[in-house]
Order: sequence, then C-alpha cells, then structure tokens
Amino acid sequence: MEHTSGLERALRGVALALIVVFFLFPILWIFLMSFQTNEEILRIPPSPFFTPTLGNYAALISGKLTTVSGTLDIAFMRNLWNSVLLSTASVAIALVLGVPAAYAFARFKFRLGEDIAFTLLSFRFAPPLLVLLPLSLYFQQLGLTDTYAGLIWVYQLIALPLILWIVRGYFEDISPDIEHAYRVAGHSWWSTFTRIAVPLAGPGIAAAGLLAFIFCWNNFVFALILASADKQPVTVGALAFVTASGIQYGQIAAAIVLSVTPTLALALYAQRYLVEGLSLGAVKG
Amino acid sequence: MSQVALSIQGVDKIYRRRGRPPVHAVRTLDMQVGSGEIVALLGSSGCGKTSTLRMIAGFEDVTSGSITLAGRRIDRLEPASRGVTMAFEGYSLYPPLTVRDNIAFALKSARLPAREVDKTVEDMARLVDIEPILDRYPSSISGGQQQRASLARALARRADLYLLDEPMGQLEPQLRAILRGRLKNLLVERGMTSIFVTHDQTEANALADRIAVMEGGILQQFADPKTLRERPANLFVATFVGEPPMNVFAATVAVGDRVSFAVDDGPVFSFSSNELPLDVRDAIGGRKRATIGVRPHAVRLGAGPNEARVVSNQWLGDQSHLAMDVAGKLMVAVSHARIAARSGDLVAFRVGAADLHIFDSDTGAAVSHGLAPACG
Repeated sequence: MEHTSGLERALRGVALALIVVFFLFPILWIFLMSFQTNEEILRIPPSPFFTPTLGNYAALISGKLTTVSGTLDIAFMRNLWNSVLLSTASVAIALVLGVPAAYAFARFKFRLGEDIAFTLLSFRFAPPLLVLLPLSLYFQQLGLTDTYAGLIWVYQLIALPLILWIVRGYFEDISPDIEHAYRVAGHSWWSTFTRIAVPLAGPGIAAAGLLAFIFCWNNFVFALILASADKQPVTVGALAFVTASGIQYGQIAAAIVLSVTPTLALALYAQRYLVEGLSLGAVKG
Repeated sequence: MSQVALSIQGVDKIYRRRGRPPVHAVRTLDMQVGSGEIVALLGSSGCGKTSTLRMIAGFEDVTSGSITLAGRRIDRLEPASRGVTMAFEGYSLYPPLTVRDNIAFALKSARLPAREVDKTVEDMARLVDIEPILDRYPSSISGGQQQRASLARALARRADLYLLDEPMGQLEPQLRAILRGRLKNLLVERGMTSIFVTHDQTEANALADRIAVMEGGILQQFADPKTLRERPANLFVATFVGEPPMNVFAATVAVGDRVSFAVDDGPVFSFSSNELPLDVRDAIGGRKRATIGVRPHAVRLGAGPNEARVVSNQWLGDQSHLAMDVAGKLMVAVSHARIAARSGDLVAFRVGAADLHIFDSDTGAAVSHGLAPACG
C-alpha cells in the first residue's frame, strides 16, 4: 500500500480545491446573480455582498419583465413546461422504440442490420442546421410546424441514436446463454426480453435515458426554427431576456437556475445508475 | 437400444456470415438416442458438438434435416416448447437471483407446490455440494460453484431430454470424480435421457452409455466406450480415443505364407497364417499399403522380434510410460510394472496379432481389429 507524505496530501488538497472552484464557481456566481438586481450585477468592481431580492424569480413566475423602458410579457414558465413536456415525451418515445431496436441489433444478425444501425448513428454526425431547411419545408407541408408532435418527432434525431447505441452495448455485454437458460425453461422470446434482458441492462438504459433527456433539454436550434413562442423550450425562451433596453442578467440567472434544477435533480437522483451504467461496459471482461 | 427418445436425421448446420465464407459446422448428422440413455458428444474444439447441442435446444436453426424428441418433431419449435433443459458451459445463472432462486426458478414458473420446489432444490444442492452457498448471489461465488449451480438448475427440472454442455469443465479433479458418480446415479435412477458435451475422455467413459465422436462436423463413430477403444471405425477415432493415443505407422503389406507389415524405414511386424485368421487376410485383400495401429497398453515389452531405442521413461505412480523411437516416430508403451530402462537403451518388444489394428491407408477406414475384420 502506498503511503503519502503530508506535503503530498496538502498539494493534492490544493489541486482538488482549485478544480472544485474552477468548475463550481460559475454555477455559484450565477446562483448569486439570480438574487441581485441588474445594477448590483453590473457594478465595478463586482462584490459577493449584496441585498438579496426575489424580484427576478417573481418576474419569471408572474411573466412580467420590468425594464427601464417598460413592462414586457414573457412566457418563461410556459417555456419551462414545454421543456419538460418535449424532453420527457421525446425520451419516453425514444426508449420505447430504441430499447427493442437496440436488443434486435445486439442479438440478431440480419441483412443490412449494421448499415441501418450506422445510418441511425449518422443522424448525430450532421450539423442540425444542415437538416433544418428541408425539415422546416416538410414540416410546413405536413402541418407539423409549431406543434409538440413535430418537435418530439425531430427530437428523436437526438435521443434515438443515443439510446440505441448505448443500450446496444449493454445488451451485447449480457451473455446470450442467460437468456437461453430462461427460454429453455419455458418462456417466450418476449418474456425473455422484458424479464431478463431489460432488467439486466437497466443501469445502461437509465444512463442512456438520462443523457438523452439532458441532450433534448439543452437543444436550442430545432425549437428556434420549427416552433413559435408558445411551443418553445427554455433554451429558446431565454432570448426574451435580451430586450431593447438591455440584457436582463438577473432574470437570465434566475431562469438558468430554474431551468437547470430539473435536470440537476434528475441527474442527482439517477447518479448511481448513471455512473454504474456508464462504467459497467468499460470494466466488464 | 431401448425405445428411441431422440432422433436426429440428416441434420446440417451451416453458419453464413456476411463477408465471410460459410462454415459447415455439422454435416449430415444421423443419431438416435434411446429413452433413458446417457450419450456423450466427444471431440476437439470446433468439431460441431456444441452446435449439435444448441440445435437440439433450439438456440441455433437447423439448416437441413429433422430432430424428433419423444415422438414430436421439434426442430422448428421454440426452445420453450421442446421439452429440453440445459446446463451451460458459461453457467448463465440469473445475476439478480440467489443460487436457491436460480435452481427454483423454472420449478416456480411451472407452478409446482412450494414444498416440492424446496425439496427438489435441497436435493439438487446436496447432489452437487452447494448447500452452504444456496443463499448467495452468483457474483459472490467461484466459477466452479457457479457451474455446479447451473448443473443443479438444469437437473431440477423435469424434461424429456437433459443437455449438459461441459457440465464439469471448471471443477477440480477430485470433486469432478465425486460428482461424476453422483450424476451417473441420478441419471440412471430417474431414467433421464441426456446428452452431454465434453472433451474429457475420462468423463465420457465414466458417464456415457454411448459416445458420439465428432470431428470436422462429421460423426465419426457412435458406440459404447468399449467398442470405441477396441474397434475404432477409423484412424481419427483410433488416435483420438484412448490415453495415451494409439500408436500408428504407415506400412507396406506383404501377404504370403506369412502376413507382414514393414513400417517405412522401421521394423517389420510379421504374423503366421495361424495368427491372422483367413477373413482378416481377406479384408486386407490386395492392399500393398496400410496404416497399422497398436494401443500403448498392448505393446509387450521385454521380449520379441523387434527392438527400439528408449526416448523417455516416466513412472506415473501406477504405470510406466515408455516412449521409444520407431522409424523416427514415437511409439508409446504402457506397463503396469515399473520399467527400469533409461533413455538411449535398446528395448525388445512385440505386437500380438490380436492387438493389431489395420486401417486403409487412403481413407483411414478400419480394415480389421485384431483377429476380426472391421465390418464383421
């Protein structure tokens, strides 16, 4: 066993503290900003001491943004709800479609199987702007522009390949003979899939679902082009804080805190699965 | 053979993978297994034995041919409907369940009464010596314990056919010997028709009523252990079955007053008419060349017309293994007496006509074994 000297421990402590400050300081600063007025935020030199205000949160929740040039209506809470709806529905559909597809790609060798899997992955290669113009034209013809269904559909480009490729790896790691043992004991293929394969790949499915949720939540450009204000998520809704009379930093900070909270809560809740899920494939022999 | 339980007829298995040449794993396999019979599939790696087992279980499709079990054609049925159970080489226990629950799983699924389930689990655990670990999870027990749990799980179920893929491959020799006896008793007592895959000849000899020797996807011979040893169908079986394997030499045949086999650049084995019966001489026919074989246990040391130089001499505690240089090839002789010869010594030996195996030099098919033609 290695023994570390006091100096080494101290240096390690300093290094860890620097890393923690580096990563957490922006988050802490934004959190503090969300309780300050624009004037306090913009003062020179900046100071961590201020009189806290809930005005920014009140403005977001009430939907009334007061600036020097007047009062604006903002739909932040609706944007937040849109984000929850779009991300949840997109990931749910991607899981329903992607998990069985991942199982099929992992277990069955069929004609063009690898080509289809690669094509699905290639959706992630193309820059979103490349597909947006044809997509918006098609969406107009199909009547999908500015609908939740349209956005959820296009979000599959983000969520489905991610889930399919991550979960496929987990299914491939499960010995097929575990499933064979179950099948030969008198169970159907479907029952084997639902009662053996899916539970065993559970951590991987949870990790893939969580990552897909975060990716969907953070998407900006699809909703910006394909939806109007009342269907847009928070990432696009945040543009409303850039007003004619200036940028409302306090409200933006409060909006960031509110919009990060659901994904952060979800990530903390599922942290165990996430770490287990993402590292399992790497350590298995 | 008693009533036929399993009938495999003309079964082929060809694996086709994109961008690779097809692999013909099993070729026109015909096999019939009697009810309550214990059969071993014996062969080297890649000989097609596991593919055969998996086709019977339903994990691999049959490319052509048919498989019938207990009067039902099963080769197109789902594994669940075939009435077979299987112990896997890779154990394949359900990770979230304890060993006890793993063994009980299929019994509970079949809705057997709880008392019967408990008793069966206890019986099987006792049989394979895993009672102390029944409440542990697969991840916390050794490979050997997992293998025994997997075997117990397969044996606990009632099925028309028990398929055991290398059921004791991971066990220590002593434990393996004990389990072999218990397993054999169980299979015989309950009349469980079973096929097990192994590459361990001792295991095959100890457990099986009949052994199917496979090589290159072809069933080389399907017979009881004694027949395989004494009357191998071809050169492959002769050299594969038996420990140490049969000594074989290419020889020139001369049939006259005496029948002689002159090993190329080596000794001549010569037999009088009295020694080799007429029908063996007839079987040899007009052959000028043949491959002759003799089991190591049948080489008589100490006297005889032939001599060879000793290469090595090992005393294994209960038998001597003497390796001799015969025409540039090793000939192994086994004796239960301790042989004093050292390497470099000349040792006299003889091969009796009753111990001589003759094979066709082109096809490798057996011509005669000792005093009887192979086809007789």
